[in-house]
Amino acid sequence: MATPAVPGSVPVATPDPAEAPAPAPDAAAASAPALAPVPAPVPAPTPAPTSSPDPAAAASAAPGQTPASAPAPAQTPAQSLVGPALPGPFPGGRVVRLHPVILASIVDSYERRNEGAARVIGTLLGTVDKHSVEVTNCFSVPHNESEDEVAVDMEFAKNMYELHKKVSPNELILGWYATGHDITEHSVLIHEYYSREAPNPIHLTVDTSLQNGRMSIKAYVSTLMGVPGRTMGVMFTPLTVKYAYYDTERIGVDLIMKTCFSPNRVIGLSSDLQQVAGSSARIQDALSTVLQYAEDVLSGKVSADNTVGRFLMSLVNQVPKIAAEDFETMLNSNINDLLMVTYLANLTQSQIALNEKLVNL
Amino acid sequence: MASRKEGTGSGTTSSSSNTGAGGKGKGKGGSGDSAVKQVQIDGLVVLKIIKHYQEEGQGTEHTEDDAEFDEVQYQMEMMRSLRHVNIDHLHVGWYQSTYYGSFITRALLDSQFSYQHAIEESVVLIYDPIKTAQGSLSLKAYRLTPKLMEVCKEKDFSPEALKKGSITFEHMFEEVPIVIKNSHLINVLMWELEKKSAVADKHELLSLASSNHLGKTLQLLMDRVDEMSQDILKYNTYMRNMSKQQQQKHQYQQRRQQENMQRQSRGEPPLPEEDLSKLFKPLQAPARMDSLLIAGQINTYCQNIKEFTAQNLGKLFMAQALQEYNN
Repeated sequence: MATPAVPGSVPVATPDPAEAPAPAPDAAAASAPALAPVPAPVPAPTPAPTSSPDPAAAASAAPGQTPASAPAPAQTPAQSLVGPALPGPFPGGRVVRLHPVILASIVDSYERRNEGAARVIGTLLGTVDKHSVEVTNCFSVPHNESEDEVAVDMEFAKNMYELHKKVSPNELILGWYATGHDITEHSVLIHEYYSREAPNPIHLTVDTSLQNGRMSIKAYVSTLMGVPGRTMGVMFTPLTVKYAYYDTERIGVDLIMKTCFSPNRVIGLSSDLQQVAGSSARIQDALSTVLQYAEDVLSGKVSADNTVGRFLMSLVNQVPKIAAEDFETMLNSNINDLLMVTYLANLTQSQIALNEKLVNL
Repeated sequence: MASRKEGTGSGTTSSSSNTGAGGKGKGKGGSGDSAVKQVQIDGLVVLKIIKHYQEEGQGTEHTEDDAEFDEVQYQMEMMRSLRHVNIDHLHVGWYQSTYYGSFITRALLDSQFSYQHAIEESVVLIYDPIKTAQGSLSLKAYRLTPKLMEVCKEKDFSPEALKKGSITFEHMFEEVPIVIKNSHLINVLMWELEKKSAVADKHELLSLASSNHLGKTLQLLMDRVDEMSQDILKYNTYMRNMSKQQQQKHQYQQRRQQENMQRQSRGEPPLPEEDLSKLFKPLQAPARMDSLLIAGQINTYCQNIKEFTAQNLGKLFMAQALQEYNN
């Protein structure tokens, strides 16, 4: 463990307020438009917490308290008053696009945590876009946390990042994640560490303690707040979280999701016609939902919506109207092709089997 | 016990056919005395393999520095680091991606042999990204059969040795069934994701467009069959030469005997027996391992084709039903 433990009550806001925003506008030219909410130089945090609702504004309006306690109460009202999952999108905020592999890794590292650790933290890697940030990889970092101190093994984090860079050189450190429900003072400290690695890092929380009966996934970026001229505090502003999938990831996730339904959470991989059957079952479900909607509209339960109506029309028209004979010809030629190919494949297989026998005579 | 996989990016070839982005990995082998009856993998492993292929496939510039990428060292460091965060670091196997099902190569055989030699239960996972993109995850686990292991140990690939082991191409690799197991927390995560993410708008599995895929697979099959026929030709020539040589030896011996008899009748000393092997050089038997591999590969192609055509026939009949209803 390389990093010194720091008493958590030390006012976290003390590191130069100039330090935090200065890298932000300079470094990430790409994120410049999206960083509008972060006050460029020190002044007026009043416009800053654009996306957060009133409690945040109220907190920043009363910065007369000491900077030490400012971060703590300022943060908690911002989070707890808003309650469960904030609806997005947040105006002016960046969009964070997560891949499912990240969330699965986080949950997995939470399951492997050391005895007595309440939460796990780790680094997020990915790429930055003009308006969004795409997180594609992550790894966990060992850390110790107790009532008054936090120690993070930054050496380990650096090494892991180097290793990862060798395999995928495009990935940059985007921020860090933590499991758990709240943002604590230690989080602010750790965020400090990470702001040395990346400009304006993102903080992701995955609530594995399942408060409110759901695993809420939220992302934050830190913004300054406080009265200009006095010591600045730090606040976490929420960001919109979207999920990004590659096509193959979508299919993988669909498959993995099936374990939710099996009793011992185990599934095997299905074989050819079963997959077609599964797919058609899905379409059948979708169709029954659509039918239900149509019936509701007809019976007057739901008011008709023109856009939906247009979609329904295009859906029905998608079955192509072909004259019966033409369709027969097409169908038959396709079937013939497939049958011929199957025949060839079988023939080849028997040929090589024969060859094997002959050679071994 | 949950498990994890890490991948290394061993030099991706820049050729367009993008064969195996090979990686080393860890997983959990199932129970079984000496054989592995089942491979149980975490959902996380599946996601990581998919992601790895996706990133690798997007291709980075090949610079000079890549030559110094030390795979072994990377692996050692990675394992050490993973140990710090309590991740299972028992090396259980490796995974590889494949292009249209062509993965039975000499390289795979050698790698899997060295793995299986070192670790009894290791498996290789073959991930087919193109088939997966068509609608359903294609992930298979293979091991070498014990018979093949013995032959590889001897490093003797001559026809006699293979005949002794009675190895046919069907007995080279054995497929192990895979099951996916998730922990409860991951299940919770899946429910969350399902609620939040958009419905997949591409149902590739039900698409009727098949000719492209079929065409490519058939092309590969034809190439392999060509190679096979060349190989067979070589073997036939060898057999013919062998028998010709036998005949020649036989003739020579007979002539010798006749001469000796004549000499005896004339009272002269018989000619010394000459070493036949010096006169007739023994022919090299062609290595049979390559032809076994080709046969195995052809077999895999054929099975893939059959599976594909079965699916497509089903889809065509469904389309017919839909059309009939319309009319």
